[in-house]
Amino acid sequence: MVPLSYYLMLSGFLFACGVVGFLIKRNIITIFMSIELMLNGVNLSFVAFAAHWHALAGQVFVFFVMVVAAAEAAVGLAIILAVYRTRETLNVDQVNLLKL
Amino acid sequence: MTSSLNLWLIPVLPLAGAAINGFLGKKSSRTAVSVVGLFFSGAAFAWALSVAGRVSSDTLPYQEYLAHWIRFGGVGLPGSFSADFALYLDQLSLVMLLVVTGVGFLIHIYSVGYMWDDPSYYRFFSYLNLFMFFMLTLVLANNYLVMFIGWEGVGLASYLLIGFWFTKDSAASAGKKAFIVNRIGDFGFLIGLFLIIQHFGSLDFTKVFAQVQPIAPETAGAGLLTAIGILLMVGACGKSAQIPLYVWLPDAMEGPTPVSALIHAATMVTAGVYMVSRSHLIFECAPQALMVVAVIGTLTALFAATIGIAQTDIKKVLAYSTVSQLGYMFMACGVGAFSAGIFHLMTHAFFKGLLFLAAGSVIHAVGGEQDMRKMGGLRTYIPWTFMTMGIATLAIAGIPPFAGFWSKDEILWKAFSSDHGSWVFWLIGVITAFITSFYMFRLLFMTFFGDYHGAQVDEHGHGSHTHGHDDHGHGEPHESPMVMLVPLMILAVLSVVGGLVGIGNRFEHFLEPVFGSGAATEAAGEAAGRGTELLLMVVSVTVAVLGFLLAYLLYVSKPYLPQKIADALGSFYEAVLNKYYIDELYAKLFVKPLIDGSTSILWQGVDRKVIDDSVNNAADGARHVSDEVRHMQSGNLRSYAGWIAAGSAVVIAYMIWMGVR
Repeated sequence: MVPLSYYLMLSGFLFACGVVGFLIKRNIITIFMSIELMLNGVNLSFVAFAAHWHALAGQVFVFFVMVVAAAEAAVGLAIILAVYRTRETLNVDQVNLLKL
Repeated sequence: MTSSLNLWLIPVLPLAGAAINGFLGKKSSRTAVSVVGLFFSGAAFAWALSVAGRVSSDTLPYQEYLAHWIRFGGVGLPGSFSADFALYLDQLSLVMLLVVTGVGFLIHIYSVGYMWDDPSYYRFFSYLNLFMFFMLTLVLANNYLVMFIGWEGVGLASYLLIGFWFTKDSAASAGKKAFIVNRIGDFGFLIGLFLIIQHFGSLDFTKVFAQVQPIAPETAGAGLLTAIGILLMVGACGKSAQIPLYVWLPDAMEGPTPVSALIHAATMVTAGVYMVSRSHLIFECAPQALMVVAVIGTLTALFAATIGIAQTDIKKVLAYSTVSQLGYMFMACGVGAFSAGIFHLMTHAFFKGLLFLAAGSVIHAVGGEQDMRKMGGLRTYIPWTFMTMGIATLAIAGIPPFAGFWSKDEILWKAFSSDHGSWVFWLIGVITAFITSFYMFRLLFMTFFGDYHGAQVDEHGHGSHTHGHDDHGHGEPHESPMVMLVPLMILAVLSVVGGLVGIGNRFEHFLEPVFGSGAATEAAGEAAGRGTELLLMVVSVTVAVLGFLLAYLLYVSKPYLPQKIADALGSFYEAVLNKYYIDELYAKLFVKPLIDGSTSILWQGVDRKVIDDSVNNAADGARHVSDEVRHMQSGNLRSYAGWIAAGSAVVIAYMIWMGVR
């Protein structure tokens, strides 16, 4: 039996990777993938706790997160496509019109 | 108590007149306005007469309850207070009632003639009726609060009427001056009322006086009564133009002459005397307050009379004369002779109202000119005015048997003989009587004798007067129309016979139920001092005649003398001519510091530095902070991400820290 802390450390590592990628990457697709990474890092801790406490709620939660993530991916990719069509770039530093 | 007298009709009738003329007058004809104005004031007079006919000494004092007003706390409980709209009629208010409605009605009639050419004819009658309403409220009030409504209301009416020709700058500022100076007096009056509420829990005359009576002058309560008395006197000083608040009355002559006659001679300015007399129980228990009243009255009488000598504006002379005569009334009240004060109030209303109306007739005759130096010789042009004014002058100078003689003599005798009086008051009173006689005959001689000096000023002398009479061309002075002369004649008759009611102390006996025991001490003095009284009477008549002779000498037989005397007196004459520079002194002492203080401290200091700046600085601060914070919204997606990450890091750190704790 793998102890809970291992799962949590992996989950934390995945989440940290996501955050770092989110912060340092300039390509929107990569940033998007980093978000997915963070979501899945959280999912991992959910299922780990669910298995540890023998509570089904954690696993149900993961399904919800996956559904929302799928929906988000659909919307997000559509936005990315739209951005690429108008700006002809995927570099977020050049997509900076939303400011005062 | 007999059946209701419906006293409320008396003040409400003029109010209705004021409302009708005020709201509808603009579109009505002058005739309609006159009919409304005269009907309602006349009806008030008629009702007052019928009330006077129906009451007797058994039914007085009569109270009439109209409506609730202010009530809190249970009735009779400590801390409770109530004031109702209620009216009170006793011998004192009956006298005032008849004087106000009677003289008021006559002046309304006169105004029809005097104001006929004025474009704001309806406005004048509306204000005049409004004044009657407030004055009658003041007179008929059953408690100090209702009295105060009337008190403030007549102040308002006075302001409106002084500034009646408000396009004239001097009239507008005179109105303001009157209102503001009165406000100072009202401040004292109000504090006096607060003291009464605090200590007696009521403002009803009957309840307050019932509680005052047990307080003997020696007890600790006397300090309270002295304070109340002096504060009430401050109020009276403002309304009745006594030192140091008399300065507004001479300026108030900017108003139309009927207004000067009604408000600033016959009725409103006597409200202070009425109020002090009404509160006589308070004053009688506070000898120091009484002393203050007497001293202020005596000083004012003398002081104003001396200013009257040098004035050249016919209305200004009469104004200072009014101040001086009011001083007499206060002198009478101050020596405890309230009935003598009210007696003089009544006769003064007759002869001073007449003097002003006659002066108005003179001004009318010479086309708006008020400077006596430009008159003269008018007796052949306007004989009726001359005769009536002559009668009024004889009355005010104190020549028997005219009205003024009886009341003035009564005051002088009381000032000498009463417990509170002294020979000093009497002496100053006699000196004042002499001066009064002198300046009144001076006025008469300058106006009606000698040669007419008016012709040459007719061309240019008019422009400055926004007067109803300017537009009909004036070659010769002409007599006023009948509608103005009839009130003059009636008042002249009253000025002749009005004093006769005082013979044998009949007037005093009539007021005895109000002023009480005065007669008891009087009777003792009467027996002892019959000879003295006669002597004093001879003295006062002598000084009146001397005043007449001096005025005759200076202004009729040797008209070059006054200028010589003025030159000889030099700077003193200058001072008197400029009213002792009192206005300038007040301007230096009070007005200028007030304006400077308001400008530098309140405006530049508080308003601009504190209030404006705090608002502006708050706005500036918000803008600066926003300017800085704005840079967070860079539009750079990754910086937003950074903020989110940093924020969540802080939240997580916080939660961990909370968990550890």
